[in-house]
Amino acid sequence: MNALNAATVARVEPASPLPTLVRAPASLDVESREWLRSLRAQGSERDAATVRLHALLLRAARFEVARRRPTLPHLHGDELEDIATEAADDALVSVLRRLDDFRGASRFTTWVYKFALLEAAVKLRKRSWQGREVPLEPEGWGLFSSAGLESAAEAEQGELLETVQSAIAQVLTPHQRRVLVALALNGVPIDVLAERLNTNRGALYKTLHDARRKLRKHLQKCGLALDNWLEEN
Amino acid sequence: MTERTDLKQALGRLLGPVGPEVGCDDCFDQLDRYVELELAGQDAEREMPGLRAHLAGCPACREEHESLRALVRGEQLL
Repeated sequence: MNALNAATVARVEPASPLPTLVRAPASLDVESREWLRSLRAQGSERDAATVRLHALLLRAARFEVARRRPTLPHLHGDELEDIATEAADDALVSVLRRLDDFRGASRFTTWVYKFALLEAAVKLRKRSWQGREVPLEPEGWGLFSSAGLESAAEAEQGELLETVQSAIAQVLTPHQRRVLVALALNGVPIDVLAERLNTNRGALYKTLHDARRKLRKHLQKCGLALDNWLEEN
Repeated sequence: MTERTDLKQALGRLLGPVGPEVGCDDCFDQLDRYVELELAGQDAEREMPGLRAHLAGCPACREEHESLRALVRGEQLL
């Protein structure tokens, strides 16, 4: 799969019935207007603007790499720099392709940064899971030991876990179950799972959203309204 | 108690945010404006309802929001 397609989240189908946001009309600030003008110019002026844009994107990609570096001790400096450069290259392609989508709702630099941050984040998530098995079956339930709880609390926790596990097994489709378990229970990054299942982030999140709603509704029917309990400290 | 906290966190991840939320596409499309509104001290959620809930439910979009916010904020401080 092309890395750009894998990373870009703007092409997926809308996650109906989630609300669709309305783009706020805005007038362009001077700097943003100049970026657009120079990137739409011809010849050497456009080339120079493209070089400046790439430098901006590389800066953002390096920023993301630096933020995640502590979680990637196995990657060397050269590898991280390669990832930042690839992210900037791919972000440049995305930005230039979507230039007409920029309406000035933010500064142009803020708008382009998000492309570089996305590309770098996706590449780093995939890199950190490279060669690892992606667990699609529940692995984490055993972590919730009832040791130390009083007997009433222990029984309550056991019952709660049993109801939730049973609901996941019974009310979700196999695909919803795999996605929910992998993302929400096993901590698989959504971009990693999207690549393994040959889909994209938006579509997977829609599946996760539907699974969560179905699960919540079922638990409420079972008399388990957990929202207040979850909000308690 | 740690076990209860862990269980709560896991159930929170399983059940996701309460109420309507936008999808990843809309989140990405609006993230730049959302961050600028936040940094300007304005009510970003009122302008873009459902985006905050999405950030609560989607770790990847949340990480990218945090990065964009930190990057832009750092520039503003220069």
